[in-house]
Amino acid sequence: MTNEEIKEYITTLAPAATYDETGEWLNILVTAEELQPLMLALRNGKMQMNYLFCLTCVDFKTHLTMVYHLSATTHRQSIVIKANLNREQPVIETVCDIWRTAEFLEREVFEMFGVHFANHPDLRKLILEDDFKGYPLRKDFEDPINMIKL
Amino acid sequence: MYNQTEIIKDTSELGADGELVINMGPQHPATHGVLHLVVTLNGETIKKIEPHLGYIHRSIEKMCESLTYRQFIYVTSRMDYLSSHINNLGCALLVEKGMQIEVPDRAKYVRVILSELTRIASHELWLGAMAMDLGAFTPFFYAFREREMITDIMEDTCGARLTMNYIVPGGLMYDLHPDFQKKVKAFITQFKSKVTEYEDLVTNNVIFQSRTKGVGILSAEDAISYGCTGPVARASGVSCDIRKIYPYEVYDKVQFDEVLETAGDSFARYMVRVKEMNQSIRIIEQLIDNIPEGDFVGKTKNVLKLPKGEFYTRVETARGEFGVYVVSEGGTTPHRIKFRSPGFSNLSVLNHISVGSKIGDLMASMGTLDLVIPDIDR
Repeated sequence: MTNEEIKEYITTLAPAATYDETGEWLNILVTAEELQPLMLALRNGKMQMNYLFCLTCVDFKTHLTMVYHLSATTHRQSIVIKANLNREQPVIETVCDIWRTAEFLEREVFEMFGVHFANHPDLRKLILEDDFKGYPLRKDFEDPINMIKL
Repeated sequence: MYNQTEIIKDTSELGADGELVINMGPQHPATHGVLHLVVTLNGETIKKIEPHLGYIHRSIEKMCESLTYRQFIYVTSRMDYLSSHINNLGCALLVEKGMQIEVPDRAKYVRVILSELTRIASHELWLGAMAMDLGAFTPFFYAFREREMITDIMEDTCGARLTMNYIVPGGLMYDLHPDFQKKVKAFITQFKSKVTEYEDLVTNNVIFQSRTKGVGILSAEDAISYGCTGPVARASGVSCDIRKIYPYEVYDKVQFDEVLETAGDSFARYMVRVKEMNQSIRIIEQLIDNIPEGDFVGKTKNVLKLPKGEFYTRVETARGEFGVYVVSEGGTTPHRIKFRSPGFSNLSVLNHISVGSKIGDLMASMGTLDLVIPDIDR
C-alpha cells in the first residue's frame, strides 16, 4: 500500500488523524480516545499489522507522546502511530489484548513515565522497586543523590 | 515419638489448593545473571511464572540523554555484552543515517566480519551454558575452546575481550591488526574441524534430545504477538532475519541462508543456533579475502549533531532484532533514546511457553530463550 492509500484507509477509521511524512515511515497522530479502536482495526483489518516492534513514550515537556511502531510479517510495511497525552493525568487504553508483547512494554512505560493504561491486566512496576517515587524518564525528574548532571 | 512408616507432610507453606510459590534467583546458577523468577507450582507443574526485573538496571536510556552521539555508543556494549559489536553497529548506523555520513567499503566489510564473529562467540557461550543447565558439563569446555580464539581476535583488534568498542560513526576506531586475516582463517579451519564434535556430544545425545524435544512449544502466531525475534522466532517458522529483510552494510552482497525450523520447541531453538553458526562461517569466508584497501573511517565533523526529527535503525544481534529509536531536537545529545532489546520481548514469552510443563523443563525453555539480563534491564 502506498502512503496515500494508507492515509485514505485510516481517515475512514479515525477522521481526526493528522499525518507526517517527513521521516522514514508514515507518522499518524491520533487522539487518545480513538487509538484503541484504530489499533484493533489495523491488526485485524486489511492491513494485518501483526507485529508491534517498539512501544515507547517521549516527554516533550509540554505533553507526553505515546509512540507505537507497527509492522506486518506479510508485507513488511511499517507505520508509526502516535497519541498525545497531558502530563498531569496521562491515561490511554491498553493494546495488550491486541499484541501480547505490549503487556511488559506498557508496564515499563507506566513506571518510567507514569502513563496509566486503562484495562491493563497487571499494571505494576516491572524494573524499579515498588516504593520508588517519581517517573525517571520524564524530563523534570530530579535525583540529587544518584544523578550526575553533565 | 513418631511413627517410622508415616510420612510427615508440612502443609503450612502451601496456599489454596496445594499451590507452592518458590523464588528462582536472583542468585540462581541457571539464570546466568540476576533474574528473579517467582514460580507458582502445583506439585511439580508450573502454574505461573512472574519475572521480577531490575537487579541490574542502570537506566541506560536516561544516561544516553546526556551523552553525545559519539559517547552513547560505548554504553550500548554494556547492554547485551555478548553482542557488543552488533549493538555498536546499530547505534553507528543510526548516526550515519541521520547525518548521511559515507562509510568506506573497508569499514563495511570489517563490520560485517566482526558482527558474525560476535554472533558465533555468543552462540558458543550459549551452547556451553545451556548444556550445563541441563546437566552436561563437558560441552562447556568444548565451546569455550573455540570461543577463546574469537576473544583473542577481538583482543588484537580492539583491546578488549568483553564489552568491545571498535565501531564508531563513520567507520572504525582504528585500522585492522596486521594478523587479523591470518587469525580469522585459522579460526575458520579450527571451527570447521570441531563443529562435528558438538553434533556428537550434544545434538545426537539421547538425554539431551529427550529433555528438549516437545518442551516449551511456541507457535508462530504467539511468537509474532509476543514480539519474539531472532532464533526464538525462527525456530517457530517466523522469517524475521533483519539481515535478509532490511539488509545493512554488505549483507546484500553475501550468500547465506536464513535458518528456519518449524517445530517451535527447545530442540528447534537449539538447532537454529547451531546451524546459524555455520551460516556465519559462510559469510566470513566470503568476505575475509576481499577486504578492500583504503580508508577505515569516513570524514565526519568533530561535533556530531543529528537534524531535528526521529530516527530508527535495526540490526540482527545474536538474540534478535535490536532497534534504536532516537528523537532529536537538533542538538548534540538525543532528546529521547529507546533501545528495543530482543531479550526483553523474548523474556515476556517465558510464562506462556512454560505454563503446564514440569519445573525441570523450565531449565530447557529458559536456556533456549538465551536471556542476557543486562540487555533486558538496560
